[in-house]
Amino acid sequence: MVKFPRLKKFLAKFYIYLVLLVMYLPILVLMIFSFSPSDTLGNWDEGFSFELYGRLFRNEALMTAVGNTLLIAIVSAIVSTIIGTLGAVGVFYSKKKTRKTVETMTQLPVVNAEIVMALSLAVVFKTLNTSYSFFTLLIGHVVLTVAFVYLNVKPKLVQMDPNTYEAALDLGSTPWFAMFKVILPEILPGILSGFMIALTLSLDDFVLTQYLKEPSFETISTYIQKIVTKHPIPAEVRALTTLLALAVFASVILITIYNNKKANVVVKGRRK
Amino acid sequence: MRFKRKYLSIPYILFLICFVVIPILFIVYYAFTNKGGQFSFSNLVKFFQDSTNVNVLLISFVYAIANTLICLVIGYPLAMLLANKNINKSYVLVMLFIMPSWINFVIRTSATRDVLNWIGLSTGEHSQLTTIIGLVYNYLPFVILPLYTTMLKMDKNQIEASKDLGANSVQTFFKVIIPMTMPGIVSAATMVFMPTLSSYVISDILSEYNVVLFGSYIDLYFNQADWNFGSFMALIMLLLIGVSVLISRKFSNEDETGGRASIW
Repeated sequence: MVKFPRLKKFLAKFYIYLVLLVMYLPILVLMIFSFSPSDTLGNWDEGFSFELYGRLFRNEALMTAVGNTLLIAIVSAIVSTIIGTLGAVGVFYSKKKTRKTVETMTQLPVVNAEIVMALSLAVVFKTLNTSYSFFTLLIGHVVLTVAFVYLNVKPKLVQMDPNTYEAALDLGSTPWFAMFKVILPEILPGILSGFMIALTLSLDDFVLTQYLKEPSFETISTYIQKIVTKHPIPAEVRALTTLLALAVFASVILITIYNNKKANVVVKGRRK
Repeated sequence: MRFKRKYLSIPYILFLICFVVIPILFIVYYAFTNKGGQFSFSNLVKFFQDSTNVNVLLISFVYAIANTLICLVIGYPLAMLLANKNINKSYVLVMLFIMPSWINFVIRTSATRDVLNWIGLSTGEHSQLTTIIGLVYNYLPFVILPLYTTMLKMDKNQIEASKDLGANSVQTFFKVIIPMTMPGIVSAATMVFMPTLSSYVISDILSEYNVVLFGSYIDLYFNQADWNFGSFMALIMLLLIGVSVLISRKFSNEDETGGRASIW
């Protein structure tokens, strides 16, 4: 074992990159063939071109689905962030009994299966004879995401120095002003990461969306699911996948850099 | 009314009661009533009388177990290597393994199917195999992160001690490393097991509806407007989730965000 450290290291790296390659294979194939306008995947006869990207932007139904996906994700993430953050702050200053009850309720949407949540909401809406709309879909997406905002804000409140708020009040600040100037800055990182999780969960969602959307309202997930149950992925979706993958890749890099900087700041702060 | 900070939680609490707790009570109500709205155990009887229903549940368990084991067998050594400072120091590489889970999952799943069909593994003929491949593709990213975080926290001195005391690598692995990383293994397994049982798009797309998992089955009944029976099966799902939560709580009590959140 100790005899071949180089070979061992090589094999280790080989395994890491092999798994990575296999994991990315389907997406990579789609990305590569997004530059081949042929309708069948794997056909390079028509040569390199950007035609599919043009077709993607001319495909109105798909573009509407992209727009709808962004719309519901942004609106639901904002609503979740507001409700979840206020919830975390309010519960943090409540009695222990309330806190315990809310914590248990918060765990429900986290551990529950999406199909169960979707079905339970659908049953309620059907019983009440509510017709599906953007509003019912919004409720579904907030159910999916709000607990994650709560869970991200809570640890920041726990870490906070409780005396600063009292100090602000003693110095003549109103409770609202102290809320904004003292508590909000402390918990802001938690709010931001909660918002990001809400956004990614909503962007990716299929099950709740399928159950609670208006029939004519399609997101990327529902639009593509409807097609791929009978056909291969439409050619222009290969171009969409490439763009999505690049967007995700760029944000991952940015977040990693941001997190590293933050980590460094914390470490430096502690050294002093 | 004087402003109190605790009032801020009212919208959150009301929202959870109206759209999480009450809907679950609705499911319980529908599960134990018949179509006429009278209290009845007919759904329970119907479920356990027809072997098709029980079989779907059993088959789903088999797929969930297989998927969990394969993900752990691939993911465990991977996480171990990624957490080893001699082999990898880059956090970006770890993130690369998580990244696929942020690309739209319907696209990812159908991409997997199209590529499998392209290389000659037909989803119509080898439905069971392609379903497993699709499941592993989808859940592997969720296994790597909890395992990786536990491995980082692992006490390296205990491994050294085990070797100094004469244990060979195999003994050290099974008697020291595995027990130390048990919380990570359990939280990784819970990230895969229950979601597989309740998943419904992956098996539909990757088996051309030849493999029906419990999630798809619930959906099927609900779409046939049999809310009562659909609700009863959703209740079974809910009970299974409850049991799995209790089991995983026994092993770890830190990861209450369900792992998904810790990425950020």
